[in-house]
Amino acid sequence: MTMIFGVPLAVFMGQLMLGLINGAFYALLSLGLAVIFGLLKIVNFAHGAMYMLGAFATLLGMQYLGVSYWAALLLAPLVVGALGMVIERLLLRRIGHLDHLYGLLLTFGLALIFEGSLVNFFGVSGARYPTPEALQGGLQLGFMFLPTYRAWVLVAALVVCLGTWYVIERTRLGAYLRAGTENPALMQAFGVNVPQLITLTYGFGVALAAFAGVLAAPLYPVSPTMGSNLLIIVFAVVVIGGMGSILGAILTGLGMGLVEGLTKVYYPEAANTVIFLVMILVLMLRPAGLFGKEA
Amino acid sequence: MNQLAERPRVTDYQDHDGAEMLRVSDLHAFYGESHILHGVDLEVRRGELVTLLGRNGAGRSTTLKAVMNMVGRRTGSIMINGNETLAVKPHRIPRLGVGYCPEERGIFSSLDVEENLLLPPTVRSGGLSIDEIYAMFPNLYERRRSQGTRLSGGEQQMLAMARILRTGARLLLLDEITEGLAPVIVQALGEVLVKLKARGMTIVLVEQNFRFAAPLADRHYVMEHGRIIEEISAAELPSRRDHLHSLLGV
Repeated sequence: MTMIFGVPLAVFMGQLMLGLINGAFYALLSLGLAVIFGLLKIVNFAHGAMYMLGAFATLLGMQYLGVSYWAALLLAPLVVGALGMVIERLLLRRIGHLDHLYGLLLTFGLALIFEGSLVNFFGVSGARYPTPEALQGGLQLGFMFLPTYRAWVLVAALVVCLGTWYVIERTRLGAYLRAGTENPALMQAFGVNVPQLITLTYGFGVALAAFAGVLAAPLYPVSPTMGSNLLIIVFAVVVIGGMGSILGAILTGLGMGLVEGLTKVYYPEAANTVIFLVMILVLMLRPAGLFGKEA
Repeated sequence: MNQLAERPRVTDYQDHDGAEMLRVSDLHAFYGESHILHGVDLEVRRGELVTLLGRNGAGRSTTLKAVMNMVGRRTGSIMINGNETLAVKPHRIPRLGVGYCPEERGIFSSLDVEENLLLPPTVRSGGLSIDEIYAMFPNLYERRRSQGTRLSGGEQQMLAMARILRTGARLLLLDEITEGLAPVIVQALGEVLVKLKARGMTIVLVEQNFRFAAPLADRHYVMEHGRIIEEISAAELPSRRDHLHSLLGV
């Protein structure tokens, strides 16, 4: 059997694949955080809750309304995105002029409320969501077995990430967003409705988190705490990549997933902490993050 | 996006019959607790080029920002093209046909030159086409793929002016456009202003460089301590030049 540094190839590739899948989730979530931070300057602590709500919307939609997985891929981000817009319009906008710390506290409080309410109804153990029929089974690649659903998650996450990157960096709407991030007052003086742009941006950012939640539903137990567990790692990823860089968020997300996967192969004891070690290193050497602009 | 940059409604911009483009009456403006403008009165007729002269801190830039609703609280009256705008939201002011060029130029570093140029939404038909703009500012065409803030100071100023010409604005508020620029660039900007005036644009120019402004302007307002203290027409200028110099402290 082929070995790579003393590890069977199949095990090596399997862990790498798992790492890449995790990385895809990190990328989707940190991308949303970066988009929101760029325009609103708010560290959105409710992001994990929005991911969790996306997964719950998928699960409950199937149980109570018979909504299929494919419909949920579209509907859950829409519903959660709409909820995000309401939150921005009614709560975040009121504290927009205050120190950014208030936004962090408010979104953290919201996350606790969402989680707490769902724990009240569903407990913490979580429920399983079946893998959609069309994505069951897998491919025997020779050197490893690739479950179809995991391949799908990777492709879907990459497509959405690159689509978001394209819209922000290459289109007129994206130019509004970038310019609004730099100088919102001047954008208003050009006739752009910046408050509306902010509402839509927050809605879009949390919709990305909800999309990740739908993708996660068949992979991980759907539970009220699934978001907060993940969010801590995602924040470390964002710190490593540097706040506000779109491509940086995507690449760092995928990269950190891989680093985590490799650590699982060679030194499993450190797998849960390696990202934080990288974060410490980056903070010491490049405080603005790998892709961040030095202030 | 179309919602963000709504098409101007018919009521937003209409050339009304009067010759008056901008009338500011008893305008007071406040930044938090500080009272900056103390009852500014001025009037700009269609097609005029009017300057706001004065020393630093006299309130000239704040007057332009107050017209754009970019300062804190305001009282008094600001009529733009026959519309009272004191209660109008900031993003709706440009749709009355106003273009604003800020003192710090406001070139966006995350956008390239052409993106900067195409950024402000069109507020009205009849703006310069992108070809006309590149003909007027050939440097910008050559550097259209450069990052906006990599341009020289003069090119950035050209870009800041050029991008509001595309929008169809008929009233241009230009804040210190010659500040810190080489004489040859200042001269080029003067030629641009002459062309814009010939196209019937109405221009309010906040200027330190009196020698630049004098031959271009129809009238001059002198500001001090947040008020207009003097109005001098181009015809009166030769006889009152010394008086004006003493007011400006040059």
